[in-house]
Formats: sequence, C-alpha cells, structure tokens
Amino acid sequence: MHQNASSFLEKSEKKAGDLGHRQTINFNIGKYNTAVKAGKQQFADLTTARERAKNIKWRALDNLDKHLEEFEQNLTKRGGKVIWAENAQQALDEILAICKAKQCKSIVKSKSMATEEVHLNSFLAKHDIECVETDLGEYIQQLDGEPPYHIVTPAMHKSKEDVARLFAEKLGTPPDLTPQQLTLVAREKLRQKYLDAEIGITGANFIIADIGGVAVTENEGNARLSTAFPKTHIVLVGIEKMLPSINDLALFWPLLATYGTGQNVTVYNSIFSGPRQEGETDGPEEMYVILMDNGRTNILMDTEARESLYCIRCGSCLNACPVYKNIGGHSYGTTYSGPIGSVITPHLRGMESYIHLSYASSLCGNCTEVCPVRINIHELLLHNRHKAVEENYTSGGEKMSWFGWKQASLSRRMMNLVSGNVKNLFMKKFFAKAWGDDRELPVFASKSFNQLWKERRK
Amino acid sequence: MNVQLFIPCFVDQLFPETGFNMVKVLEKLGCTVNYNPNQTCCGQPAFNAGYWDEARSVANKFVKDFHTVDYIVAPSGSCTGFVRNYYGKLFDNSAAHNDVKMLRKHLYEFTEFLTDVLHVTDLGATLNGVATYHDACGALRECGIKDGPRSLLSKVKGLELKEMNDCEVCCGFGGTFAVKFEPISIGMGEQKVNNAVASGADYLISTDLSCLMHLDGYIRKHELNIKTMHIADVLASGW
Ligand code: SF4
Repeated sequence: MHQNASSFLEKSEKKAGDLGHRQTINFNIGKYNTAVKAGKQQFADLTTARERAKNIKWRALDNLDKHLEEFEQNLTKRGGKVIWAENAQQALDEILAICKAKQCKSIVKSKSMATEEVHLNSFLAKHDIECVETDLGEYIQQLDGEPPYHIVTPAMHKSKEDVARLFAEKLGTPPDLTPQQLTLVAREKLRQKYLDAEIGITGANFIIADIGGVAVTENEGNARLSTAFPKTHIVLVGIEKMLPSINDLALFWPLLATYGTGQNVTVYNSIFSGPRQEGETDGPEEMYVILMDNGRTNILMDTEARESLYCIRCGSCLNACPVYKNIGGHSYGTTYSGPIGSVITPHLRGMESYIHLSYASSLCGNCTEVCPVRINIHELLLHNRHKAVEENYTSGGEKMSWFGWKQASLSRRMMNLVSGNVKNLFMKKFFAKAWGDDRELPVFASKSFNQLWKERRK
Repeated sequence: MNVQLFIPCFVDQLFPETGFNMVKVLEKLGCTVNYNPNQTCCGQPAFNAGYWDEARSVANKFVKDFHTVDYIVAPSGSCTGFVRNYYGKLFDNSAAHNDVKMLRKHLYEFTEFLTDVLHVTDLGATLNGVATYHDACGALRECGIKDGPRSLLSKVKGLELKEMNDCEVCCGFGGTFAVKFEPISIGMGEQKVNNAVASGADYLISTDLSCLMHLDGYIRKHELNIKTMHIADVLASGW
C-alpha cells in the first residue's frame, strides 16, 4: 500500500471515531443546508440554470486554448501582465522574482486555493517574506498552523470556542471572546498589514476571456483591501477557471453564492481588468496574472474526466458527502478534499500516490446530485478506478480475485458447489478481520435461493 | 402477468427467504413467477472495482439469462440501478445494444414494480410497531424511488411510519468500500443506526439488503433494540 494510502486510512479511522468532530461538522453543515435551501429560492428554474452553467463550462473548456489567448490579449491591452506557469515550481519562481524586483518583505493575501496548491506561504517564509492571510477563516487556520479544512469554509471544523481559545493562546486575548469580538481583533491586526504590504495576492473565482478580467468573490472585503493598498497585485489562478464572457457572471455569481454559502449573491464581487489606468485615482500600479496548469492539462486530455474541470469550487459536494463528514477535510492529505478532490487529485498529482482516494467512496451519488454544474462526480470516481486497472496500478492479488470472481459468476454450477456452512467458515476465517470489530458478520443461509427454489418448486 | 425473478447474488446466498417473500407477494397479485436457475450476478462488484472487462463478461451472461419479453423484478435498487444506468457504458457500440435496451426497459425494482406497474399499494399486510425507512442510495438516486416504498408501508396494518433524520444519507456499505475503508463505513453506519433509533422505530426498513446486512451487523454487535427488515418481508407479514 502506498504510504499516502496508509496515512489516509490512519487519519480517517481517527476522525471517524471522533465524536466531537462529528458534532461540530454536523452542526455547521446543518446550518449550511438550511441556508442553501433558502438561497435556491431565487432561481425560477434551477435545473435549467445548472444545465446552462454546465454548457458554458463545457464550451469554455473545449475551447480553452483560444479563450486563454483571448484573455491574455485583452488583459495585456490594459497593461496587465500574463505569466504562464506549467507547474507549481514555475509559479513560485515567478512570484519570488516579482517579490525580489519589488524588494518585498510582506504580502497580504486573500483566500485562494491555488496558492494553497503550490504551498505559497511556506515557500515565501523560507525567503523571509511574510505572507498574511486576510480572509478570517484562513487567518484562523494560519494562526493554528493548519491548512484549510474546506475549500470554502477553511475553519469549518472549529467551534467558536475553539477559535476563542486559539486567539487567546496565539494573540493573548481573553479566552472567552464572542465571534464578533474575535472578528474585531483580527481586523485590528490586519489593518496594519494592509498598509505595510508591498504586494497583494489573490486567487480568482473566474477569469473572463472577452474582457481580460479576473473575478473575485468574497464576503469580508479583504480581497478589495488586499488589492487596494499594495502597489502590486498578483493573481494566481488555475487555467480551468475560464468563463468565455462577462455576461456569464450573471449566472455564475448567484450560482456560486447559493451553492457555496446559501447567499443570493456574495457580498463583494470585484472584477480586476488591469492595473490603475491613466486618470484613475486608485488601484495597484502593476497587475500580474499567473495562469497555472500544474496537472490540469492531464485532465483536459482525458475526455471522460474533462468535465471535472468545470468545477467552480463551491464546496457543495464536500458538504453533501458522508465520507467527508465522517473523516473531515484534513484526512485526505490534499489541497482539494471531498468528492471533487478524490476525482482530480489522482490526475493532478499522480495515480500511484492518490488513486486510493477514488476508492474511498461508497458511491452514494449525493455529490453528483448537488453539484451546481452537474459534474458526474461519482461516475468519475468509477472512471478513475477503471483507469487504474487499465494502466496497471492494481495489485496482482486483486487481479486474481476478480478473475476468480468472474469464473465463479459465469457458472451457476460452481456457485452451487459449496454449501452455506462452508461459506460461513470461509468468511469467518478470511473476511472477519476486514469486516471489523464493530459489526457482526452476515450469515450465509444453509441453502441458497437457487437451491431452495429447485426443491420447493419441483 | 409473467414475471421473471432476478435474485441478486447476496440475496441468493444470504437472504433466500426474502426472495420467497417477494414471490409470495407477486403471486398474491396474480403474477406468474418464473426463475431462471442459471442466473448469477449483474456484474456490479467488478465494475465498481474498475474491472470493467470482468464485469462485462458477467453482464453478458446476465443479458443472455434475461433475454425475455416478461417483466424482470429484483429485490434491490442497487442492482436494478446498475443495470439501468451503467450497462450502457459496458455495451456501448456492441452487438448486445438492443438486448440491453430491452432489458433496461423490463427490469424493475420490487417496490417500483408494485407501485408503478401493478399500481398496488395495499398488500393486506400486518406488522405491529413503529418503522422508519432508509432511502438506499441505489433506489433513491439510481432509480428515483422515494415515495413508493413509503406508500406501501403506510398501508401495512399496525405499522406506524416515522421519518428519521438524514433518511437519504448513505449507510456506508458501498460494496468493497465496507471492508477497504472499514472505519469510515462503520462511522457512517453508526450515524444511520443512531438516527433510526432516535426516531423511536422498532424496525429499520429498506429496499436493499446490502445496506441492511451492514446495518444489522452493527446493530447485533452493539445489541441495540431495533430490527432491520427488507420491505418484501414486511409486505409478506401477517397473511
Ligand atoms: S465538483 Fe461541483 S459541487 Fe463539488 S465543489 Fe466543484 S462545483 Fe461544487
């Protein structure tokens, strides 16, 4: 077993039995579910809206090459600079080069999974550059030295008491502050950081080809501050975040808001389409957009899996996933957790090291049911499993077992040969361990339906 | 009406009496029930494990065993859903295409057959106690079965139906998932059983014995006071 797989098993066993974790997550996702139900009311015809969104993403991804060039042309026209990064290292090197050119010592960053993907914070820290998270959830996670637990709500696994304790420990605040008071503390701490930072980094919820724009959606205003004060704005974004036209936002903004948090529309929605223009009074002097591949073209090449790139990172499938709810976001050991993470990570980071995630699903299909852009998530897990077999990532023992299974299933005579009692013995001997200590084994009937039918219906 | 039985492999091996209870109900409704004793499995286990060639061989046998113009009825939403929704992937562009199309049209999950084909909900069954219904994923999401079993159960004399929290959430069985990821499977099963117990039910009822087998294992181990029952066993009770 690959070490990632065994570490995944170990962590998930611990979390699945952690009743405190279960309670916090069920509570927080319960609140989310209620909000989403209300949010969906804004759509007169939700099914059509989702279908349309899927079609738009389909067009965007099937013509990605053209859209990316169009994006580059349009952004460049307004003075923005586009950088292409094939992998994480290139993205990091480019960011570091900009930092050096600007003699940057401190950075403010708004929430971005792409920067998590390349482990930007620890990389910059090694080069003595401080990079502060400005989204409250991310700020909490950074204080705690933990990666985000969830792609939309990074500190979902922490109760308000947990956060108060963390602030007390790390910032010396009284241990019983309310969420409002804690927010004020964070805001206070961050103000100075905005003023000090030479560079602001954001991700992007969407990149828009026809205007060469970057759309950022947030609830706290921190992305706006991160781009308003510093003289340089860097965007790190995966190439799949493409939308062909600014008009598409009319659908995608409310869709993302509703599925992400249950809002009708997120509080702050910004479109950045270049640095400060002549005659404008504010905005950064320079804007860089780093278009990152980092394995995404592997998915693009796989025509079945391609639709997993339609993902708008709303987090819905995580919240709907009973596996995620039991083992939590950190057990996956990946930037993107939950169902969509289990689909894309083996492609992004290697079948051998991450294919176990594609098996870690009961295939209940709830992810597919909730996905706003109708990605067939659970079928893509099956696709990955098939691919793993085709490309020889499964063990010889496993292959043998399925061969044996096939032979037995092709012949009724073989199935009838062995009596129920022998099967029970066999099961106790070879199966009991895997079935675990928490369940009694099922019992084979002494005669199968097949045998009984022949006897009773003679 | 002629009906062909499809008895999925684990029902055949572990729960034969449920198969006979299904027969009992169908015969009461005037069906002539036939059973092809050559049948084995629909191929789902191998398919879900990624072994599509092996799955295809067994599915091929299934298509041949069920080459019929009769209705085919199975006590499982999971197997029914698999044949309906995934045989297309296995037999894309193949000579079996038309047979598969016919098969998909004729195959019904047991409760679906009662409510949608025979249009019956009252079987004259009696069972005393409180019941809660678990929406098995295969039935709910692969076959779209939601209200049918509930209307069938609502007609059972003496039975009071109470919904549990999260009735649509997966129980955690998931085939090989149950053993490959045993702790996660147990965590999910535990939450399902807790919800069922909290509803005050004496019986935890579903369309799928795979879910129930896993949940029953947990219930027996922890000596809880709730009993799992397949809906065919419920509908065959008291007469
Ligand atoms: S796969 Fe779908 S549900 Fe999951 S995060 Fe992406 S868009 Fe949301």
